[in-house]
Amino acid sequence: MAIELKDIENIAHLARLRLDAAEKAEALGSINNILSMIDEMRALDTSGVEPLAHAFEASQRLREDVVTETDQRAALLALAPNAAEGLFLVPKVLE
Amino acid sequence: MAWETVIGLEVHVQLSTRSKLFSGSSTTFGAEPNTQASLYDLALPGTLPVLNGEALRMAVKFGLAIGAEIGKTSIFDRKNYFYPDLPKGYQTSQLNHPTVGRGSLTITLEDGSTKTIGITRAHMEEDAGKSLHEAFPNDTGIDLNRAGTPLLEIVSEPEIRSAREAVAYLKKLHSLILYLGISDGDMSQGSMRCDANVSVRRLGETAFGTRAEIKNINSFRFVEKAILVEAQRQIDLIEDGGKVVQETRLYDAEKNQTRSMRSKEVANDYRYFPEPDLLPVVIDEAFIASVRDTLPELPDVKSQRFQQQYGLSHYDAQVLAADRDTARFFEAVAAASGDAKLSANWVMVDLQAVLNRQELAIAQSPVAAADLAGLINRIKDGTVSSKIAKTVFEAMVAGEGSADSIIESRGLRQVSDSGAIESMIDAILVANPRQVEQYRSGQEKVFTFFVGQVMKESKGKANPAQVNELLTKKLKG
Amino acid sequence: MADLLDQGIASLAKSLARKEFSSVELTGAYLSRIAAHNPALNAYVTVTAEQALAQAAAADTARTKGTAGPWAGVPFAHKDIFCTHGVRTACGSRMLDNFIAPYDATVVERMRDAGLVMLGKTNMDEFAMGSSNETSWYGPVKNPWNTDLVPGGSSGGSAAAVAAHLCPAATATDTGGSIRQPASFCGLTGIKPTYGRVSRWGMIAFASSLDQAGVLTRSAEDAAILLQTMAGFDPRDSTSVDMPVPDYLAGLGQSLRGLRIGIPKQHFAQGLNPEVEQLIRSALAEFERQGATLKEVSLDNSHLSVAAYYVIAPAEASANLSRYDGVRYGYRCDKPVDLEDLYKRSRAEGFGAEVKRRIMVGTYALSAGFYDAYYIKAQKIRRLIKNDFDRAFAEVDVIMGPTSPHTAFPLGSKSKDKDPVAMYLEDIYTIAVNLAGLPGLSIPAGLLNGLPIGLQIVGPNFSEDRLLNVAHQFQLATDWHTRTPGVAAASRGDR
Repeated sequence: MAIELKDIENIAHLARLRLDAAEKAEALGSINNILSMIDEMRALDTSGVEPLAHAFEASQRLREDVVTETDQRAALLALAPNAAEGLFLVPKVLE
Repeated sequence: MAWETVIGLEVHVQLSTRSKLFSGSSTTFGAEPNTQASLYDLALPGTLPVLNGEALRMAVKFGLAIGAEIGKTSIFDRKNYFYPDLPKGYQTSQLNHPTVGRGSLTITLEDGSTKTIGITRAHMEEDAGKSLHEAFPNDTGIDLNRAGTPLLEIVSEPEIRSAREAVAYLKKLHSLILYLGISDGDMSQGSMRCDANVSVRRLGETAFGTRAEIKNINSFRFVEKAILVEAQRQIDLIEDGGKVVQETRLYDAEKNQTRSMRSKEVANDYRYFPEPDLLPVVIDEAFIASVRDTLPELPDVKSQRFQQQYGLSHYDAQVLAADRDTARFFEAVAAASGDAKLSANWVMVDLQAVLNRQELAIAQSPVAAADLAGLINRIKDGTVSSKIAKTVFEAMVAGEGSADSIIESRGLRQVSDSGAIESMIDAILVANPRQVEQYRSGQEKVFTFFVGQVMKESKGKANPAQVNELLTKKLKG
Repeated sequence: MADLLDQGIASLAKSLARKEFSSVELTGAYLSRIAAHNPALNAYVTVTAEQALAQAAAADTARTKGTAGPWAGVPFAHKDIFCTHGVRTACGSRMLDNFIAPYDATVVERMRDAGLVMLGKTNMDEFAMGSSNETSWYGPVKNPWNTDLVPGGSSGGSAAAVAAHLCPAATATDTGGSIRQPASFCGLTGIKPTYGRVSRWGMIAFASSLDQAGVLTRSAEDAAILLQTMAGFDPRDSTSVDMPVPDYLAGLGQSLRGLRIGIPKQHFAQGLNPEVEQLIRSALAEFERQGATLKEVSLDNSHLSVAAYYVIAPAEASANLSRYDGVRYGYRCDKPVDLEDLYKRSRAEGFGAEVKRRIMVGTYALSAGFYDAYYIKAQKIRRLIKNDFDRAFAEVDVIMGPTSPHTAFPLGSKSKDKDPVAMYLEDIYTIAVNLAGLPGLSIPAGLLNGLPIGLQIVGPNFSEDRLLNVAHQFQLATDWHTRTPGVAAASRGDR
């Protein structure tokens, strides 16, 4: 199923990517190619087939409720592009 | 035109586990920013979640308490959206296969009637961090201490029909989660948050009207006000020929109105899909049974038992059973004093007044259950009158000692010697011939004057029942 | 000394134990070699010389004290997808160019605890998305067999480094073929274990349900040694399997008599270069000589594997890469005006074109109205593909076929193509194995016009011991795996 430019714009927004006009055009072309390749699979009748989410049958292990982490603020905040007073900073958000 | 309000409530309860839902960070409230945020909590590359077993137990415990189906296989999903307090850019939540399925909560309304409100489901999810907008002039500061704390989201069916019912539901839910020990349910600290879905329809209509969601109301009182004001807004809008828009709104407590959250444009496409870093959570009968074994006697069952075992009224039983610690305290007093009715009154009225005044929980009561029982015993055996008992009680609250020691040291023993009381009455009648005349000529209200005089003379210690009896006899001549 | 750079892990370990040379000398030799030849190949993006020499010295000391493990002091390289504490971990991306990992991946911890010496981090396709190592922020990697050709991807840097003797072995990852295909293009032995066999803690995620860590080496014996070191349960990874790890080395010597080999008819259909087919069939004949039998099997839904993969992998990746937002670490755009700008520009500038393309495909596949048609459909195809393998393994012990439809292709030849699908079809034989979660390896099976071609061997879950055994027996009887590309040979001073 082919998509249009406005779909590209919508997807780019959902994914928080800025694309210029040339990039949008390129994306439209290449993504439509990918979608036609993917569309092959839609022709197959899979009624009654259970989706496979995990490669093996197993169930989630449970963790004991103990505190194992310590204060790592200094080391981790040092990685941030913009931080002050123990907080990560982003341009002010208006609610 | 009669209108009906339709309300559904979504309550987020912070589970009181020691560590977070998927990481071993502490969940303690009030720590310095980002000191309880680990590699996983910050969504560093390469980090992975592992499920906290205690959070699962708490969710199952809640499910059992509301009589819900427990999902034998539950799945976590990714709910995708971008916001600075959501480090991974997705929240790990549960969509189609929640841990807790359909259950219900029975509420008692003001007129004493009960109503059962359906609970659609309850699921586990991670809490987000906090955004601080006031700290910096041009920036918002992000604290991720809270990111990853376990939440239980409890969704009610849209079966609530008034703001009052909504508050009753919330109070019942609050009482239950404290009972189960799964959360401290503190709305002011955010460990219990309420979103209200409100719509209106003409009475008799079966279809639902368009609903608005009012988010993050942080007290029972505001929930009631927000619902009332929103319902009215919708009614006014429709009556003016307008249409209710499905949107998210915030309640402004100062202006007592709701306003649209302008920043939320089109409905977010969350692109849910099953979390590939977690496996399906499979629980068996043995697990459920082990959680069931930890269930305390639930409030409604306890209330029933109080009515049967102690002969309490439905109302009194509900009040005492609503809080686990209060119920426990009451039963201790009743057992030690042998008088359930008196115990109920003293706990619900006198003790509660003190606790309210001093802003204490019953666990911090200045008077122990055994000591209160001691005081009640002294009322029952006639050592003090009910009225004097209140004086004794105040002294016990102030820490002066036990009932007996206070009665002794202050000489508050009730005078029940009928001879002594008779002498007092005789003297008073002699001293007040005019009032005797008035009484004998039909002014029955004068009786209280004489009672007052006897009490004054005896410094309040005369046994009131005996005073009444003897005074009546003497006055009748 | 040049000779020592041709030895594999097993043989280096013996030489170190016999004190023929020290680990410091060995490490120093590799570091010189890297300095001389890496610029032409671009295999390494970070060389950790100081740290390597310190680790080597520590291994030498331990050896003197008698406390060294069997592999202590042997150098190797890590694909730049594994978090290495205090060392840049960039995942081939501008987004993480300034990211100094604050912790070690489990794979890194285990290699370090075994005393192995990390020479540096190798180049890779950005966020592991690619089949040619041409999408890296750090530039493409060249194939040591012919530097006009690609080494394969996404583990192209690890493959080129091993093939050019810039390290005896390297860790790598495989989501759709990213270990096996570079192994095929570079004449190496590469293994992707069963999903869940090796911990993903600290391994930067691309597609969570498909990613697995493995190794690129020059022999099955070396692969056995390193897999033994890396594999095993890790409580920090919920998808890590709690099953004991067999002794892979002990299992290498078993005879292949009676081995039943499945040949999928779909992998030998048109699309397979006839000369490649010829070489593969010769390799299969060697197994028959050793007493194995060949049987045709059918993987009915294999033609849909690429389609299913290109829904599932981008969908998972689109969510896994949402954390790269310029807030807590990594690339941030200059002077963002508001939050939207911060996100959109940081991500647009930090990510390359292929990554953005896949994020968009994934976002689309998960979006409202398309989830059932794409994502759920793909997961159903996945189930059918797994069933195909299960059916086949009821009749055969292993499945063999070509790893790649052809030999290494020229740099720029496929990426210049406006159609990304051409690149995606490179993984046509390998992708189904990841979808089914099965273990697979690729070993050199011949040379076509002087370029290596790989034989893929796939087994049922947790049959890594058998796969390594099969590969090892082949390598005892043949010498394809010992062939060395011109670059490696030339710089050794041999010719």
